[in-house]
This record gives sequence, C-alpha cells and structure tokens, in this order.
Amino acid sequence: MSAHQHDHHDHHDDSDEVHVSMRDYAVGFVLSVILTAIPFALVMGNVFNNSVTTALVILAFGAVQIVVHMVYFLHMNSKSEGGWTMLALMFTLILVVITLVGSIWVMFHLNSNMMPGMDHEAIESIQQLK
Amino acid sequence: MSDLLMNTAMNASTDTSSRYYVKEHHPKNGSLLGFWIYLMSDCLIFACLFATYAVIGRNYAGGPTGAEIFDLNLVALNTAFLLLSSITYGVAMVGAQNRNLKRTLVWLGITGVLGVAFLAVELYEFWHFISIGATPQRSGFLTAFFALVGTHGLHVFFGTIWLVVLLFQLKKHGLIVENRRRVMCLSMFWHFLDVIWIGVFTFVYLMGVLP
Repeated sequence: MSAHQHDHHDHHDDSDEVHVSMRDYAVGFVLSVILTAIPFALVMGNVFNNSVTTALVILAFGAVQIVVHMVYFLHMNSKSEGGWTMLALMFTLILVVITLVGSIWVMFHLNSNMMPGMDHEAIESIQQLK
Repeated sequence: MSDLLMNTAMNASTDTSSRYYVKEHHPKNGSLLGFWIYLMSDCLIFACLFATYAVIGRNYAGGPTGAEIFDLNLVALNTAFLLLSSITYGVAMVGAQNRNLKRTLVWLGITGVLGVAFLAVELYEFWHFISIGATPQRSGFLTAFFALVGTHGLHVFFGTIWLVVLLFQLKKHGLIVENRRRVMCLSMFWHFLDVIWIGVFTFVYLMGVLP
C-alpha cells in the first residue's frame, strides 16, 4: 500500500470513529467504584438482617452499574451506527429477560398443576384431610 | 460503430473519480457494528449460564454452600482489578485517539497486567475449591458455578491473548486505521467482560453468601 492510500484511508475513517474523552471514563470509573463498594459493604457488613432485602438492593445496584458501564465505557447511545447498536441491544435484552425469567418461572413451578382435574381448592381440601 | 466504442472506452478510462470512490466506500463503522452483534450473541451465552445458575445454584447435594467456600475479600480484589483495568483501557483509548503510540502501548500493557492479575486470583480460587473437594462434579451448585465463572475467566484469558497480540501489532505498524479499529473492538470486548463480571459478583458471590 502506498503512503498516499494510507493518508486517504486515515482521513476517510476519522469521521466515523467514536469520540472518547477522559472525562467520560473518569466519571464512569468513579460511579462504578461507588456502585461496587456499596453492595460489598452491605453484604460484608451484614447491614440488613433480611436476606431478601439485601438481595433486592444489591441487584438494583448491579443493574444501575451495568447501565453506567454501557453509557460511559461502551459509549452506548441511541445515535451510534444509526441506532442499530441500540436496536441489537434491545433485542438481546428481550431475549435475556425471556431466558432468565422464563427459566426461573418454569423451573420453580414444576410442581404446580401436576395432577389433572385438581385445582387449588381440591389440593387444599386433600391437605386438610391429612 | 467503432467510433462509439472508442468513445465509451475513453470515457471509462478518463472518468475515474466517481467509480473509484464507490469501490472504496465502506459502510460506516461496519466492523464495529458487527463486533457489537458478536458481543450481543456472547451475552446470550452468559444469559443461559446465569439462568442455569439461577435454577440449580442452590442444589448443594450435601456439599459445600457458597457461604462456606466463597471468600469475598478475593472477589473484591478481583473486582478491583477489573474495574481498574477498565479505566486504564480508557486511558489507552484516549491515547490512541490522540495518536500517542507510547501512551497507548503503556496503558494497554497495564491493562494486560491487571487482566493477568485477575486470572491469577481466579485460578488460585478455583485451585483452592478443587483442593478442598469442591470440584465441578460435586454438586449442581458447583457445576453451574464453574461453568459460569469459568466461561467468564476463559473470555478474560482470550481477551488478554488478544491484547498481547495487539501490542505487537501496534509496535510493528503504529496507530494505523486498522490497529485503531482493533483497539476499539478489544475495548468493547474488555468492557463487555466487565459488565458480565458485575452480574457474576452480584448474583453469584454476593447473593451466594447471604444466609
């Protein structure tokens, strides 16, 4: 490849490149340190006595931190690539939610509605007989 | 007739401007979008592994539980390594954007060292589990744990290999457009692994030690 072609290429691609700034990375880093430190402190310090409360709170922190990483580190926005990255992300998120919620829903309700002709009241009346 | 043919031939040879550029035109950031779609498919693999862990992660089969074997100090250390490697990669990205080869190389190198540190701690953790009998075949919980965390670790391992290769490519060719594209793709890969790790430390480790 000649030097001229290289120059042409460089110039051509410059306009397409994602612009990154140190400020974005710094903001993202500070936010994710905070969002990581709090869940670890909550669990290691045993702040809430209730496990369910702790689990819900740290899951919420995790979700927020994922968004922070997406925005500040992966430079997600609705305009990049003409919106196609966002569309791919949305589609993937829908599949992820179906996979996770669907698996948990099905696998933790395997014993529901197992006997034909038995509704909830019938099961309860049998349990009362015992 | 021959006159006409000659005219078209001459036109074709003299008019190079538009044809040439049409041929050279690439779709805008085509490889970045393609790489993003690869990452999304990778995300689905991890979704399946997370779903598996959600379903069988509490089936201890009388074996050790998460609360018994997880060492949160090690996990915190590993999380710190990955978070730090995110910001050091960011500095390398800014260096590449400013066409500062030395800065890019140095900060990519630091990122790679942090990646190796992460892998070392994770391998130590796995070795420790296996040495106390908490092997993948011990229980459903451990199978799901090793599958999920091991797949993430494998990704970090290959990301580190890619990073080393990229260092050689940068050293040889400098910050040419192809290399800048590679730096960009690896940055997406690296930050994506960090996103997965958020899910791992929250869902597996922190929720695993809850009573």
